[in-house]
Amino acid sequence: AMEDGLGPGARICEGDCAVLKRDDVFKAVPVLRRRKIIFEKQWFYLDNAIGHIYGTMFEVTSGGNLQPKQDVEETTTDTKEAGTDNRNIVDDGKSQKLTHDDIKALKDKGIKGQEIVQQLIENSTTFRDKTEFAQDKYIKKKKKKYEAVITIVKPSTRILSTMYYAREPGKINHSKTLNRDDNYTPEAWKGGKCGVILCTQMCCLLAEKHTGSYGSIIQMYPGGGPVRAATSCFGFPKLFFNNALMEEESNGLTDEKQTSLQETEEESTTEAAMEINQTEEQETMDINAEDVEFKENKEKANKENVQEKQRKQWERRKKLIETAALLREKNADGLIVASKFHPTPLLLSLLEFVAPSRPFVVYCQYKEVNQVCYFSCYSLRLFCCLTYYLGFFKPLLECYTKLRERGGVINLKLSETWLRNYQVLPDRSHPKLTMSGGGGYLLSGITVVLDKGKSDSSNLEALKMEEPSCKRCRVQDLHC
Amino acid sequence: MSFVEYGDTIKDGDTAIVFLGHESMFPVKVQHGTVTQTKYGVIRHSTDLIGKKYGSKVTCSKGGWVFILHPTPELWTMNLPHRTQILYSTDISIITMMLELKPGSIVCESGTGSGSLSHALIRTVAPTGHLYTVEFHQQRAEKAREEFREHGVEHLVTVTNQDVCKNGFGVSDIADAVFLDIPSPWEAIGHAKSALKAEGGRICSFSPCIEQVQRTCLAMEEYGFTEINTLEILLRVYNVRTISLQIPDLGKAAEDNSSTGFDSSNPSNQGSPCANLQQGTVQFKSGVPLREMVGHTGYLTFATKS
Repeated sequence: AMEDGLGPGARICEGDCAVLKRDDVFKAVPVLRRRKIIFEKQWFYLDNAIGHIYGTMFEVTSGGNLQPKQDVEETTTDTKEAGTDNRNIVDDGKSQKLTHDDIKALKDKGIKGQEIVQQLIENSTTFRDKTEFAQDKYIKKKKKKYEAVITIVKPSTRILSTMYYAREPGKINHSKTLNRDDNYTPEAWKGGKCGVILCTQMCCLLAEKHTGSYGSIIQMYPGGGPVRAATSCFGFPKLFFNNALMEEESNGLTDEKQTSLQETEEESTTEAAMEINQTEEQETMDINAEDVEFKENKEKANKENVQEKQRKQWERRKKLIETAALLREKNADGLIVASKFHPTPLLLSLLEFVAPSRPFVVYCQYKEVNQVCYFSCYSLRLFCCLTYYLGFFKPLLECYTKLRERGGVINLKLSETWLRNYQVLPDRSHPKLTMSGGGGYLLSGITVVLDKGKSDSSNLEALKMEEPSCKRCRVQDLHC
Repeated sequence: MSFVEYGDTIKDGDTAIVFLGHESMFPVKVQHGTVTQTKYGVIRHSTDLIGKKYGSKVTCSKGGWVFILHPTPELWTMNLPHRTQILYSTDISIITMMLELKPGSIVCESGTGSGSLSHALIRTVAPTGHLYTVEFHQQRAEKAREEFREHGVEHLVTVTNQDVCKNGFGVSDIADAVFLDIPSPWEAIGHAKSALKAEGGRICSFSPCIEQVQRTCLAMEEYGFTEINTLEILLRVYNVRTISLQIPDLGKAAEDNSSTGFDSSNPSNQGSPCANLQQGTVQFKSGVPLREMVGHTGYLTFATKS
């Protein structure tokens, strides 16, 4: 797996996908010459970064050029003098002698951020009275603002999942927990068999990383094609995609999917044809949007493209057929579900393809919604509200119940992870103020051989076996 | 069977997990002619296990039954014989992600301890990576070697019996990542740095006390590590229960009954709570947190050598 070039020490090349980092903010960008990049209210070009080692820190200079930051650390800005407490520090709003205009003028002159920070310190009347810690904090804050250092790093799951969660949590269904909880990562899918996965791009990426190029992943996707924007950020070698077979799913309805699978295999269907047309249209539109200049050549290009597209379609069909055959073996090494759809039908249906004694995991943003306490009324109406809200959205709880009814699974666990970051500094260590909440929930378990025929009685047994006896419930009673 | 590759059927010499139900399980070494006692009766390896599919239900002599599971690092973590305190899967999961491990990675670890993390690391870096693990306790090192052999992963791991703080990892300029779970990690940071590849890599140190973390962070800074970040991860497990709440009789039931059509009008009717107003109770499913949860395992400090 060394050939994937994702390790440290690699150099930034044109065409790479790189991640920009400033403090704790990340942004993934393609490395292209003469392409203006806007990041954290600054604009610049990446041209100068090409050829440097990943992890290099850059400063933005005038004209939007990136310049590697010199490693000379500041000469501990004479912070010898310091107060012991703040009993005499009064907030009169006049401690800073430099005005907004003065600072702007300094910036316009192209003066280095480091010098601006120094000037701010010198012109602060209260700086010397501040405690050593407060001075340190003041400098850090100003540096953050005026000394923007941009680091260019190689994408990794660690960086991309942090980036996605911070920038576009909606796109990954807020799946922080899943990104963190590698409990059921498909590391063991490497044996040559495959895992089935229906999920957001982020967790597909995870799976691909963990299998390396040694196993297969069947990615189910709704609609016309899989969304793989995050995967492309990763810059995987082509080899990965040969193994990552694609499978189609029609709008998340698994019944339909199975029929469409069969039809794809046996005969050309209208559904398949329609889908191909759609792809064609999409591609044409992409061409239109991309290059206005080539408008005249469009028709010609389209004709040339037709053959290419037909070849691609044929290849795609071939892959679909291969994938269908692979699925039909019902011998997958695991299942990951993390989609925007309701998880229960997906899980119940997709579990069929998984071999016994294999882990599966379902991610969902919601366990349930129960903001009951906002309602304050005195009559029965309260209970209407209460029960309505309790039952409003609780996909994983339902999933749990349905899985129990179905059988064929053990060690079911509903869980959530919390993450706490710490500031560790001499005499100033404490948890950071904010902690990630709302990272979602996981339902995980292990498949076992499903008793067919006497499934009803064995389900009851399974229930008895696993649920703590005092809290055992009658599942049938719940569906009213 | 191997801990890094799935096998379909149970074979002589395999390590299998006997699942008795509700978090109750234990590992068993499969051997012809051997029997294992469970609370449901005897399991005879030759007839009940060997040749069966992993995930099968096995009926024991008293008529009760168990499931036989394929071993994984997660299941091993839950069942391994403790020689030391161990790391659990929640911490392990974030360690593997934050160390950016993948197939082909070279990892250094110390101490080996009971091998809970080692198994997970080995699986992650297989089939082309390698784990160099250092344990200063001779008996523990020996036991770990034996387990790796039994689990079919000995080709992916090297166990060295020495003091990592004095003698380092026994390798240099080779690792993509280093993991430390020792009482004085700050004494091993220099060795960790030289074990890592010249072009860089990641490091993680696990410590239960904040004082240990502080010293480690200082040492990391001193040795030029960047992106120093300390965090803690907590796992919250929920029991799925059916809860029943009684409705108070305020004497207004009759007149308000008309407005309780929520159940049938609720679009997500499936699995929704059912109010039985006649009986005066409301039932619903809830995820109830366990009464006690693990509040602290240790602080994880990550950093980058660049």
